Amino acid sequence: MTKTYPALAALALALCATTASAEKIKFDYWYGLSGDLGAVLAQTCDRFNASQDKYEAVCTGYDGYELVVQSAIAAFRAGKAPALLQSFDAGTADLMMSGQFYAVTQMMKDYNIEINWADYFPGIANYYSSSKGEMFSMPFNSSTAVMYYNTDDLASVNMPVPANWEEFDATLKALKAKNPSKCAYGYEPQVWVDLEQYSSINNVALATNNNGYDGLDTQYVYNTTSAVKHMEDIKSWLDAGLAEMKVSAGGMNSQEAFAQNICSFFFGSIANHSSLNIKHADNLNWDVAMIPTEKGVERHNSVVGGASLWVLAGKTEEEYRGVAEYLKFISTPDSIKFWVSNTGYIPVTASAYDSLVAEGFYAAAPYKGREVAIASLTATVPGPLNRGFRLGSMIQHRAEWLSEVQAALSGQKSVQEAYDTSVERGNAMLEKFAKTYAGKTLP
Amino acid sequence: MRRAYYKNNWIAALLVAPQLIIVFTFFYFPTAQALYWAFTLEQPWGGGNTWVGFDNFKAILGDSLYWASIWVSIVYAIGSTTLAVGMALTLAIFADRQLSGYKVYKIGMIWPYAIAAPAVGLAFRFIFSPGAGIMMFVNQMFPEIWNPVENGNQAMAMVIIAGAWKQVAYNFIFFLAGLQSIPRSLIEAGAMDGARVLRRMRDIQLPLLAPTFFFVLVINITDSFTDSFGIVDTMTAGGPSRATNLMVYKIFNDGFQGLDYSGAAAQSIILMLLVIALTFVQFRYIERKVHYT
Repeated sequence: MTKTYPALAALALALCATTASAEKIKFDYWYGLSGDLGAVLAQTCDRFNASQDKYEAVCTGYDGYELVVQSAIAAFRAGKAPALLQSFDAGTADLMMSGQFYAVTQMMKDYNIEINWADYFPGIANYYSSSKGEMFSMPFNSSTAVMYYNTDDLASVNMPVPANWEEFDATLKALKAKNPSKCAYGYEPQVWVDLEQYSSINNVALATNNNGYDGLDTQYVYNTTSAVKHMEDIKSWLDAGLAEMKVSAGGMNSQEAFAQNICSFFFGSIANHSSLNIKHADNLNWDVAMIPTEKGVERHNSVVGGASLWVLAGKTEEEYRGVAEYLKFISTPDSIKFWVSNTGYIPVTASAYDSLVAEGFYAAAPYKGREVAIASLTATVPGPLNRGFRLGSMIQHRAEWLSEVQAALSGQKSVQEAYDTSVERGNAMLEKFAKTYAGKTLP
Repeated sequence: MRRAYYKNNWIAALLVAPQLIIVFTFFYFPTAQALYWAFTLEQPWGGGNTWVGFDNFKAILGDSLYWASIWVSIVYAIGSTTLAVGMALTLAIFADRQLSGYKVYKIGMIWPYAIAAPAVGLAFRFIFSPGAGIMMFVNQMFPEIWNPVENGNQAMAMVIIAGAWKQVAYNFIFFLAGLQSIPRSLIEAGAMDGARVLRRMRDIQLPLLAPTFFFVLVINITDSFTDSFGIVDTMTAGGPSRATNLMVYKIFNDGFQGLDYSGAAAQSIILMLLVIALTFVQFRYIERKVHYT
């Protein structure tokens, strides 16, 4: 027995030597998608690693964007941050102000990788660009909000798909008259849909300074726009029983209520398209449409949601080369197709979208309907009020909005009072955010 | 009484060191950091901070909704502690009386403490869900009576019950141990003198249980201020309209989700001072009434 040991040791040594020589250059990539979507993201990593003999992406998933951004910050401060981070809209302002990132356009230029930046949909590119138009992060999982509706219910009352909120109101009344026991509209307060998308689509300001793009001394103004009336409409629908509150705390959220054929309408991200396809009641026939506008208002583009990929500062050149390869990999038409067909997200470049259309991708189920999101995002060329929002402390403002809307919907105060309070509190946050970055300007 | 001690102080220091290192690394160091951040405006990604003196505290304490959050936390602390201590004491007394099946019961009672707070929250979310859980039947009998999604008081009650349920197990262990350490002879003597069960409980068991009771009270109140966030997060997310926005949940929301490190740090300092003050009051005024044997 003892004689075999030296042989084994030599073998082990040889194995170590070979693995060391073939060792790939690793870089860390942290993402915040979880569940089914997180699993597909992990597959993009595997696909990249299988295609590479030089670099390896070490991908780590977190349960949610807040958590991954928070963890990345803690790691960054300890000098152990990932090279690539998936961060969401609400984290954009802090990252931009910090300057602790490597702008993707600059990085691709430094490593001589050709990317046709003009190919990105303007509605998406603008969100992740500086005020001068330089793209800071790589658009990846992009979505926008759409209206999901039950086609059978709509046909039963002979109504067209509502294009404005007045028609939507008439549709709810018709549905309720036809079938009083069915929930016409499963409502869930979503600041992203009820306020942010609304403001962009109807071309009204959420905040001054062109929604924060032009400076840090920004103030919210949505308590003076038609967004107030829209919220009052929602409240009147709820009060009249035309809409019903469907939130997780009540046992079922608006998406579940729609999927189980309990409610006829719900509003949500196009990213839910794929999970609705997989999981819905057998007797449910459904489709999606663009979110209605106010009557008489010209439709503008909706705002992109989802997340983008940020390259963080302070890594080695070798790691950056690996990251650049990865970003190049996910921008290939093949990768984009893999990503959009396995999730509900939309392609981020016009050419990828066109090639998908050309091969008939959107013509039939289960992908039919997702082109609505592209139509919504590209309805107009983004103007100053439709580029997106560059606002600090967005998460806390969203929480204040929710608290105030809950108070208004339960009848504790009027919608106007609720919005006034929410704006006032949001402004205090913006002021504090500006103070935190005193002396700095938005890039 | 003879005291045993180490002659070699180095060994003593070495033995205490791991504990001290843990306390310093995970308690004093973060506390000092939070204290510093509370007086500055800290940029989340590093890159500098500005000294602002008491501005953060002024902003927080000048906010009427923050006072509402303190009030909500106190209501939660009193509610969940009363419920958890009361239920645990009742259950422990029954277990101590060795009613049939008490052995199974003794072990079963300890389990809930091993369940993570978010899991408790999820379970109770289902139980109290107005449209899906057990409360749905109540709603069918009396329409519109239960709706914690819109009614803040009901949401609070729901969170208190879930928080107390989790804490009952912990309290139960201490109460049962306390009851079992009371000499049987005392109770038997009481019984021979003609005292009935309730009388024995009131005059013998409860007074002798006072030290345990005091300990459990302090732990429960502290715990309800600091450990309640998992339940709130899964059950109500602080809503509806801030009705269950406990101080600790607001800290989590502002700091960990909203990246407002300075504001969250200042709130942590306020919470810490509040818990210290409450503990002080308990030791100063309640412990006087406790007799250690």
